[in-house]
Amino acid sequence: MRSRRFWAYIRCYRRAYFIGYAGGLVSIAMAQSSPWVLRLAVDAIRHHAGAGPLAAYAAALVALAAAEAAASYVMRWSILGAAYRVETDLRREYFAHLQRMGLAFFERTPTGDLMARAVNDIRAVQRFAGVGLMRSVHTTVMLVASVAFMLSISVRLTLWMLAILPFVTLVFLLLGREIHRRFDAVQTQFSALSARVQEMMSGIRVVKAFAREPDQLARFRDASAEVVHANLRLARAQGALWPAIGLIVGVASVVLLWQGGGAVIRGTLTLGELVQFTYYLARLSFPMIALGWVTNLWQQGRASMIRLDEIFAQPPAVADPAAPLAAGGIRGEITFRRVSVVFDGKMALRDVSLVMPAGRTVAVVGPTGAGKTTLVSLIPRIFDPTEGQVLVDGHDVRQLPLAALRSAVAVVPQEPFLFSDTLYENIGFGSPDARPAAREMVLAAAAISQIAVDAADFPLGYDTVVGERGVTLSGGQRQRATLARAVMRDPRILILDDALSSVDTQTEQAILEGLRGVMAARTSIVIAHRISTIRAADWIVVLDGGRLVDQGTHDDLIGRGGLYADLYERELVREALEADETTFADAAGGAAPQTDGDDKQDGPGR
Amino acid sequence: MSVVFDEDPILGRAYDARLVRRLLGYVRPYTVTVSLAIALLLLASLADLAGPALYRIGIDRYIAPPAQSTGRAGAAAADFHGLAVLAAVYLAVLAFGFGARWAQSYLMQAVGQHVMADLRAQMIGHLQRLSMSFFARTPVGRLVTRVTNDVDALNELITSGAVAIFGDIFTMIGIMAVMLWMDWRLALAVFAVLPVVFVITERFRQRSRDAYRAVRTRLARINAYLNEQITGMTVTQLFTQEPRALRAFDGLNAAHLEASLGATRNFSQFYPAIQFIGALGVALLLWYGGGQIARGVATLGVLVAAIQYAERFFDPLRDLADKFNIFQAAMASSERIFRVLDEPVTVLDPPEPSALQGFRGELEFRDVWFAYRDDASPRAGIPSADGGGPRAESGPSSGDGEWALRGVSFAIRAGERVAIVGHTGAGKTSIINLITRFYDPQRGAVLVDGTDVRRLEQRDLRRHVGLVLQDVFLFSGTIADNIRLGNPEISDADVQRAAEQTGAARFIEALPRGYATVLHERGAGLSSGQKQLIAFARALAAHPEILLVLDEATSSVDAETEALIQRALGAALRGRTAIVIAHRLSTVRYVDRILVLHKGRVAEEGTHNALLAQDGIYAKLYKLQFADLD
Repeated sequence: MRSRRFWAYIRCYRRAYFIGYAGGLVSIAMAQSSPWVLRLAVDAIRHHAGAGPLAAYAAALVALAAAEAAASYVMRWSILGAAYRVETDLRREYFAHLQRMGLAFFERTPTGDLMARAVNDIRAVQRFAGVGLMRSVHTTVMLVASVAFMLSISVRLTLWMLAILPFVTLVFLLLGREIHRRFDAVQTQFSALSARVQEMMSGIRVVKAFAREPDQLARFRDASAEVVHANLRLARAQGALWPAIGLIVGVASVVLLWQGGGAVIRGTLTLGELVQFTYYLARLSFPMIALGWVTNLWQQGRASMIRLDEIFAQPPAVADPAAPLAAGGIRGEITFRRVSVVFDGKMALRDVSLVMPAGRTVAVVGPTGAGKTTLVSLIPRIFDPTEGQVLVDGHDVRQLPLAALRSAVAVVPQEPFLFSDTLYENIGFGSPDARPAAREMVLAAAAISQIAVDAADFPLGYDTVVGERGVTLSGGQRQRATLARAVMRDPRILILDDALSSVDTQTEQAILEGLRGVMAARTSIVIAHRISTIRAADWIVVLDGGRLVDQGTHDDLIGRGGLYADLYERELVREALEADETTFADAAGGAAPQTDGDDKQDGPGR
Repeated sequence: MSVVFDEDPILGRAYDARLVRRLLGYVRPYTVTVSLAIALLLLASLADLAGPALYRIGIDRYIAPPAQSTGRAGAAAADFHGLAVLAAVYLAVLAFGFGARWAQSYLMQAVGQHVMADLRAQMIGHLQRLSMSFFARTPVGRLVTRVTNDVDALNELITSGAVAIFGDIFTMIGIMAVMLWMDWRLALAVFAVLPVVFVITERFRQRSRDAYRAVRTRLARINAYLNEQITGMTVTQLFTQEPRALRAFDGLNAAHLEASLGATRNFSQFYPAIQFIGALGVALLLWYGGGQIARGVATLGVLVAAIQYAERFFDPLRDLADKFNIFQAAMASSERIFRVLDEPVTVLDPPEPSALQGFRGELEFRDVWFAYRDDASPRAGIPSADGGGPRAESGPSSGDGEWALRGVSFAIRAGERVAIVGHTGAGKTSIINLITRFYDPQRGAVLVDGTDVRRLEQRDLRRHVGLVLQDVFLFSGTIADNIRLGNPEISDADVQRAAEQTGAARFIEALPRGYATVLHERGAGLSSGQKQLIAFARALAAHPEILLVLDEATSSVDAETEALIQRALGAALRGRTAIVIAHRLSTVRYVDRILVLHKGRVAEEGTHNALLAQDGIYAKLYKLQFADLD
């Protein structure tokens, strides 16, 4: 274990480890003494001692056992407890570190991978810090002490034992390695089985359509049979492990009976000493097993710590500047100066320069993939431009304190994300200094975003838990809840990234009406398709293929007859189609279809 | 690496008679093997019991014979010999015990593995019969977990849980019996501590159950929170709520620490306590047994053996907690597994299916009302049947928006090719879902050759209806496998012919391994156009009389591939009844008739030119969808 981080954590709890090891030493001393008392007792019985000494020996045994139990409790409790504290600290640091990672990190690292490290690797480190560190010291001392006591009784018998018992460690390591190999094979087959189930379930539509169920079932059975085969191979090795160790310890016991018994007959050993020796045999067997076990824990812990350190080594993508400018009151003028953004070798934005004056409403339009979301993501520094500068009130955003910048900006993203918490907490999520949001403010934000109507119908009103583990909201409801969350924040710059796409037209009108008061005082950037939304803007920016192709007022742009006029034309047709009848998209709640621009509601089962 | 964190573990009882009885049903076919394994386990336990008994014989006969027989002349040589024989017997017993234990564990693993394979096959077979609405509401990941991890948890119950407990109990009973038989008074002296052991173990078991539950639920909570936070990290960062999220995390973390420490304290107390009581038993033996020997009632060998037995007696007790956890996890898993197995099959084959003979390929929708929601009742939007049948204008209730199809009727002659067009949400895909019986309509009927599809066997129906989906699903395997889809009736020649007809042959034969090219990760490396061609070939190879095509304008396809797909489509439609859900004007060229769906109703129908001339919905759709692609 070479991780500096690991040992730094252990150092934090060195007192606990020290006390634990001290307890361990005491418990070993007691454990080693009781066979000696037993020996005295057995020999005393053989020589027909009276009841008095026997009672004394029995009492001594009880006293020793009590001391051993107490010391052993101290050892376990302090070291294993410390390991859980190390685990807790490590998990906290892991989470805090993730909080500093940028979007690019989360895009290239699958959530499943991050979770696997958080779940499996942290546990492996905890096991090494606890059982591993405890047993490594305890085992070594126990080994040495047992051998020393054995030697004091009989060198010959000790040599016999030392010739036999190391096979326990050997079997544990060798068979352990084989078991490990076969276990890997099981895992591989198991993954293949999972992949097959995954494939069968994802492709169930095709399977059903072509009536291929029997064939698929047969293929599944094959994969399943492979798993059985691999597991039985593992079982042959694994099933041998403990019996084999039992056998070796048993052989040692046989040799003791044979050789030790002979020595008693010859008179070179007393019967008490033989009994005492059997005890040391027992006390030597466990450390022999534990040696192999500790090795495994150490290997797993080390590998896991390496994986965790990989994450810790990732630098935060968007960092606070070394010398941040003092963040005065941000007014909200936004300037893009020759901004280009490259993602994976592709230009998402090319040399965009434009100014969004403070307090105005700017609409950003363009076809899919034009770079609209990329453009607005630069303002709160979700990522930084590859080239050029983004300025707020004339300051490069990279020179502003990150927290101050982000407090001034509120984004309603394209894909609304709600936490598994009450609706109330979700809306009040961004309220300053984490104090419980003032109820009236939450209610006001909810009213503006028109989520208030729905909240009244929820089983527990605003206290209804929403999100992944709560009530499922419709796309429109989620969008309106995230809008309320942004409004609640009272930002200087409000960004709506296609944030009303799943909201029906009437509700959208009501929202825009309510927002008018909010938006009047601040800079608003709106990515939208609906004509009503776009026309309400003071200024319209047209993007295509990452370039700024046009900007102006609605009338200017229509007059020029370019891309904007085309988009406008098509949108008119779309809205005419949709207006043919009333849409129920948002009003019906839960599972109602949403008009969000693709074929989703045509069949949830595709 | 599989991580299960998405749901709070169900933590119920460790023993549930109903579940156990059902699980036992799966073990029944292996009764003989299980009996053999149990017999071996008993023998192995007996072998374990032999050690101390042999020590007793050794001590009493050879090493330290009781006083009356000492003083024999020349006894030493005989003693040495006797001791060696005894050691040899001991060795043989050990070897036998080793073999028995090994064989027993292997047999139990074999049973466990076969039970799992049976259970998995049963689950898959059941899942295959469930309707698409089940798959629409159930994430694939959850199904994978059920079939893999949950079944695995059961294996542990079978192999290490139930049988091991049986073995432990047998060992304890065996020790008690042997001790009573050797010297009942000594045995009773040891058993004096038993009530204390039971009290301690019972208290430990209860505490450890609560502690285990607390640790598990709190860890699940941490992981669920962490998972959600990772997913929504950008939101937290944008709202500068990292400190608050960290505080919440600290709270969960601290709760878990507290639970873990509670569990550790419990364990830390239990092991030393059991050890201490073991020592107490030994002390009692020594004190009482010593007196017995002095009185000549017992022998030293008996005392030593009793001490050894007493030490072993307490070992099985320590395992109890682990076993308990295995039981609890297995009960939770089996509950989840049975929930899948008990999921009702909603799209059923009729008890006496009609046979399709001389299939012509006529299709008819007769007043079909359909909603994806199971709870959508036909009454929500349709007046009752005696009210004169559903009318298009009938007062829409609040549930009206949930209807995907509202009284759709049309008929397609055998060999006729029809395109269905419509705006988003018009119900186009629903038409296909009903013809293939992925779903059943709430009202009305879908007929092929005049027979309601619900009166046909699903497999029979689907043999005649081919489907080309817009998102092509490729299975792992070769290209030929993907065209044939495991159907042995489709020969290599059929595969090639289908590929040639659709024009897929050109790119397939250009691949180094041709049809034997193995596809990885859903066909990574193939362009979306090539995948489309394979999908066409797949449909044609099965020679369907009715072909359904979901045709999507794929923007990523270059002009050449686009032309290829068009040609494939043309070839596919030739000579059969066909419905194309069209997104491209070029597609519409191949059909005889166009149906325009709008908001779940057939709004217009006719040829391309006639519909354009109407200047209705089709004309608008044409401007919106086809204009700049053609």
